Amino acid sequence: MPHIEIDGKTIEVAPGATLMDAANQAGIFIPHFCYHKKLSIAANCRMCLVEVEKAPKPLPACATPVTEGMKVRTHSAKAVAAQKGVMELLLINHPLDCPICDQGGECQLQDLAVGYGASASRYAEPKRVVREKDLGPLIATDMTRCIHCSRCVRFSQEIAGRMELGMVHRGEHTEVMPFLEQQMHSELSGNVIDLCPVGALTSKPFRYSARTWELSRRKSISPHDGLGANLQLHTKDNRVYRVVPQENEAINECWLADRDRYAYEALNSEERLTRPMVRDGDKWIEVDWQKALNQAAGALRVLRDTHGGNALAALASPHQTLEELHLLQKLMRGLGSGRIEHRLGQADFSGDAKRQGVTWLGMPIAELNQLQRVLLIGATLRKEQPLIAQRLRQAVKFGAQLNVLHAADDDLYCRVANKLIVKPSAWVNALAQVAKALQEAGASLPAELAGQLNDITVSDSARAIAASLNTGERKALLLGAVAQNHPAAAQLHQLVAAIAAACGAKLGFLSPAANSVGAQLVGVQSGPVALDAKGYLLLGVEPELDAHNGPELLKALQAAECVVALTAFKGRVMDYADVVLPIAPFSETAGSFVNMEGRLQSFHAAVTPQGEARPAWKVLRVLGNLFNLAGFEQNSAEEVRQEALPQGEAGIAARLDNAIHGVALALQPPGAGIERLGEVPIYQLDPLVRRAPALQQTQDARDAACAWASGALIQRLNLIDGEHVRVRQAGAEAVLRLCRDDRLPDDVLRVAAAHPLTAGLAGRFGAISVEAV
Amino acid sequence: MLSRIKHFFDTFLLTELVRGMSMTGRYFFARKITVQYPEERAPQSPRFRGLHAQRRYPNGEERCIACKLCEAVCPALAIQIESEQRADGTRRTTRYDIDLTKCIFCGFCEEACPVDAIVETRVYEYHGEKRGDLYYTKEMLLAVGDKYEAQIAQDRAADARYR
Repeated sequence: MPHIEIDGKTIEVAPGATLMDAANQAGIFIPHFCYHKKLSIAANCRMCLVEVEKAPKPLPACATPVTEGMKVRTHSAKAVAAQKGVMELLLINHPLDCPICDQGGECQLQDLAVGYGASASRYAEPKRVVREKDLGPLIATDMTRCIHCSRCVRFSQEIAGRMELGMVHRGEHTEVMPFLEQQMHSELSGNVIDLCPVGALTSKPFRYSARTWELSRRKSISPHDGLGANLQLHTKDNRVYRVVPQENEAINECWLADRDRYAYEALNSEERLTRPMVRDGDKWIEVDWQKALNQAAGALRVLRDTHGGNALAALASPHQTLEELHLLQKLMRGLGSGRIEHRLGQADFSGDAKRQGVTWLGMPIAELNQLQRVLLIGATLRKEQPLIAQRLRQAVKFGAQLNVLHAADDDLYCRVANKLIVKPSAWVNALAQVAKALQEAGASLPAELAGQLNDITVSDSARAIAASLNTGERKALLLGAVAQNHPAAAQLHQLVAAIAAACGAKLGFLSPAANSVGAQLVGVQSGPVALDAKGYLLLGVEPELDAHNGPELLKALQAAECVVALTAFKGRVMDYADVVLPIAPFSETAGSFVNMEGRLQSFHAAVTPQGEARPAWKVLRVLGNLFNLAGFEQNSAEEVRQEALPQGEAGIAARLDNAIHGVALALQPPGAGIERLGEVPIYQLDPLVRRAPALQQTQDARDAACAWASGALIQRLNLIDGEHVRVRQAGAEAVLRLCRDDRLPDDVLRVAAAHPLTAGLAGRFGAISVEAV
Repeated sequence: MLSRIKHFFDTFLLTELVRGMSMTGRYFFARKITVQYPEERAPQSPRFRGLHAQRRYPNGEERCIACKLCEAVCPALAIQIESEQRADGTRRTTRYDIDLTKCIFCGFCEEACPVDAIVETRVYEYHGEKRGDLYYTKEMLLAVGDKYEAQIAQDRAADARYR
């Protein structure tokens, strides 16, 4: 290990480290713009020049590796003169528009200009002006301010996986621009705002609405995907103005997906429900909480007394907090009903009886980067889990082999070693092929399974995947949301478990929602979604969108005698509910989420609830009191959490287990005909995301409104790409625009689920037909 | 002994009375400095810090760019600003309120303003009959600016060389 002397301090640094690393280790700050710890080294801003003994000229600290006995001076007259010179150069063309710049107050250039800039410029010539670029609805540009540090370019290439930005021209004509005038479509695009050291890239929805020094920073946890990204909510006047990442190396590193970053806009949506309301015939009347709660409790009590406890059912969103879900199940069980479910999108519940534990990722999130072999089963990864996709991209960069089984050959922006792209009904068969290939290669499968694989013919792709899984160390098989909502989810799980055991891989579930694991832990799962209940209690769900078969559940809700909805938003729930109680979304309540790796993360309210909305745990506690149930005396969310998880994280770890046994396989070959691939689109995941205007203007959101088919299928059906088509599924139909995607197999029609345009279609998978309008 | 003699003569000759009356007499005949307000006005410096005004550019465009530096610097927290992107893409205030009952007329807002939008005028004759009358909104401040722009511009020009 080399020893170096930096500003008179002698320290020992790791071999291969740079002077910047050494300075950080010694607690010395070297000014810099282009250097970022997560990105490759460009050394093009030259701000970090330092004096090194015996070197003829100052050297850039970010790109100079340490050598034994090096003597470095970061603040000597020579170093400071070099840094001041660079600062003067950078400021030649930087506009003096700090008063209107959104970066003002948190700008690295502004901060360093105070330390290194002169009080007046020697430059009298006109400054250059750069034309604005259109980067889409999320990112605003002021490219004149750009200092060409190239952080955004390196981010899009190295982290987001696709080089959407590039640097063109030379010298003073250098410009950062999207290629071919395209917008930025990456689901991680918002991170360039944090990376930009000046105000060239700023947040479009936030634009000009507040200054940084006015905002209070409140830590929170993302309520969207199962990652549980750590956030900072920036608030002012009791309103969330923007969201930025809170660094957590074990979870989101320093990144944030656009979904987590921009969904805050829904918190101030016009659609927020702010007063309790009860239905009077066709009218809705605003009432006070006392009356609304009494009416809800009264109606549910009558149903329970006349039809028994099981006439009541609860549907909860896995995006609600652990405390809310715990009290909900406690209330329902206290009323004598065991029917309470959070997996509305799931079709196959037959696996529930065959497994004991709570399904989870199977490993810490941070270990994903170290994997060597991965098989992704039914995961539209970039859209489901943008930051998990980023971690796997890093793993692939370091030599991991990524294998994919899916019904769409989406570009994961990294090398995919082998893929099996078949329609959903062929997935069980495809996995059986992989299992059989492993068996042929000498791996041992469980006896119950081995006997069933005799009739399977192994395809080359399956054999290649098996061969890939048979080599290497640190392997994982990851089940995505599409696989979890698949009509044969239990069989997929069983087969994947067998393959994992046969090749020594870990089995993981990519939990689709922030609290999927937490909901399982507190027992908010009782099997198939109740369709025959007389009374429903809804917690944060939009059943017509969230359910696997929306129309079916909608019919059940319309037929029910009483529907009590705890919801933060008005919406279609006003069509069939009898009482709506306004609850606080995550920013307005204290609570906890358990993410996919079983990490319990608690947060406090950042702002007070809007209008008369109240935290759902309080509403549920009062409902418990109204029914005179025991154990509804909690005074804080902490008390509820203590009751739900008395042993905290230690108790969670003991209950996480993906093992499954004894699911019978139905290995008939898949039928002919076109099948639907119904994924939850990235910006339709939960009620918050659905109401975030900027996210709804993105390309991803527009894509979700189309039906996608391969060119061959479009030709075979005599349809025209770009025209509207009528899509029929199980008697229901929807009219959508047809778009071409040759990455789909010729017998798959990709029609998004959980989308207002397709809510009328029954089921997310299965036979579907398409015809011209 | 000596002090007793001095006291005797002071009492006898009324010297204190004479001294007092001479002071009164001096001011009685001296030039008067009392200003007969409102018929007369005291002279004002161009830097006088009176009622606030929002200025406009000669083309009628409001100067304020909603940078909120005045709000940040205000020691009395008298300024409230809300901003947004106007339809033409510029940064503008949707609300600019000064609570004159909080304001201490320190002039920091004027010092902080990068575009000379918020200024303190020479106007000190304003009143409110209700509590809310002294809560000046953006429209009211712009109206003050429009009314006194000539004087404001002249004062800024006079003071410019010392800035």
